[in-house]
Amino acid sequence: MKYVTGAALASLLTTSLAFADPVDDTLILNEETDMITRTAAPAHLSDTLDEVMSGWLFRGTETRAMQADDFDNPGMIFVEQAQDSWMIAEGTEGKSCSSCHNDMDSMAGVKATYPKWNEEAGEVRTLQMQMNNCRTERMGAEAWGYDKTPAINMEAALSAVSRGLPVNVAIDGPAQSAWELGKELYYTRTGQLELSCANCHEDSYGMMIRADHLSQGQINGFPVYRLKNTKLNGVHSRFKGCVRDTRAETYKPGSAEFVALELYVASRGNGLSVEGPSIRN
Amino acid sequence: MRNFVITVAVTGALASSAFAEDVLPTDVRYEDGAVSVSLSGVAGDAANGRKIVGDKKQGNCVACHSVTELKETVPFHGEIGPMLDGAGDRWSEGELRGIVANAKIMFDESMMPSFYKTEGYIRPGNAYTGKAADETLTTLLTAQQIEDVVAYLTTLKE
Repeated sequence: MKYVTGAALASLLTTSLAFADPVDDTLILNEETDMITRTAAPAHLSDTLDEVMSGWLFRGTETRAMQADDFDNPGMIFVEQAQDSWMIAEGTEGKSCSSCHNDMDSMAGVKATYPKWNEEAGEVRTLQMQMNNCRTERMGAEAWGYDKTPAINMEAALSAVSRGLPVNVAIDGPAQSAWELGKELYYTRTGQLELSCANCHEDSYGMMIRADHLSQGQINGFPVYRLKNTKLNGVHSRFKGCVRDTRAETYKPGSAEFVALELYVASRGNGLSVEGPSIRN
Repeated sequence: MRNFVITVAVTGALASSAFAEDVLPTDVRYEDGAVSVSLSGVAGDAANGRKIVGDKKQGNCVACHSVTELKETVPFHGEIGPMLDGAGDRWSEGELRGIVANAKIMFDESMMPSFYKTEGYIRPGNAYTGKAADETLTTLLTAQQIEDVVAYLTTLKE
């Protein structure tokens, strides 16, 4: 369906679409890791999209190049900070992350599966929630604030060791009800502008909204280093910004609603490579 | 100086009389999505409408629609909604008023925000603060701003 619409539009608006379409480019990280930036849409999206695309394809040449090399990627500075704190013992138990998990490389693949159902807790957890569970339950340390610097840095570091692996979040079984809630939120037109995530990122990706090039709103690149604010940005903070821009009352980072939305949006990118920390506008 | 005083006096008089006669957002009568009666009772000012269409803090219509005539003044026009060139040929004044006030009445699934509506929102916020709206929630544009935009749109002929 989307394909037919796209084709019809293309014949009418060849010039502007040529400008605004995602680029035909390949991301090879550090000249060694092939990244999947476009792939067949996951089965649950088959009625809606043929292909899912990383936001990387919707950014300019320089921004794309910055992400392709870790020496040029400012997000890696924060990854290094988290790698240091990985080794530092904190809390009443005198443990560091490495006390249980050894090298951070042992965490490769973990990020790709989050958010994820936790059987013991009976809830869907984001990676930040799981990190905090380690801190409070195993280390006897204080929880980090949601999307705050230490948390977002650590999430970026855990993402960095999973780069190139395909996002693969489970949406069935016990996670299904959270996934359904996330889907409902994705399609709900909120705020005084009455805009849903889908209005921009499903129905209008590839088009310009004023000076911005609309992507599919994929989150495989999170945490994201934004040129706009020169720091790492969390998924929930980005959701909050988008919802605010519909002139709506937002949800809070770490809320059940945003956890559910993160699971749903992550599942729309199942099959794309984990890219975080990516570079975006 | 004298001109300035006169201008201020006239503007003040127009604003207050216009406000008193505004059709309330909940009282607007749509017929097939069109609104035949002026929302303010005061003729629209096309020059001001042109400003509203391009201004990020007012209508920001160019976020989604492009207008060739406006491109030199205001750069970066969006392409999500239909181009507005020739809108004055394609639509009557009443149709344009209805579309600007609440496009969803004419076009069911339209993505376009409703600029003259105060009810029926899901989680309405207090402008762009992210906080909940309170009882002071107003329409996105005033009745007169809508009349101004409509006056401008009717000038867009091919």
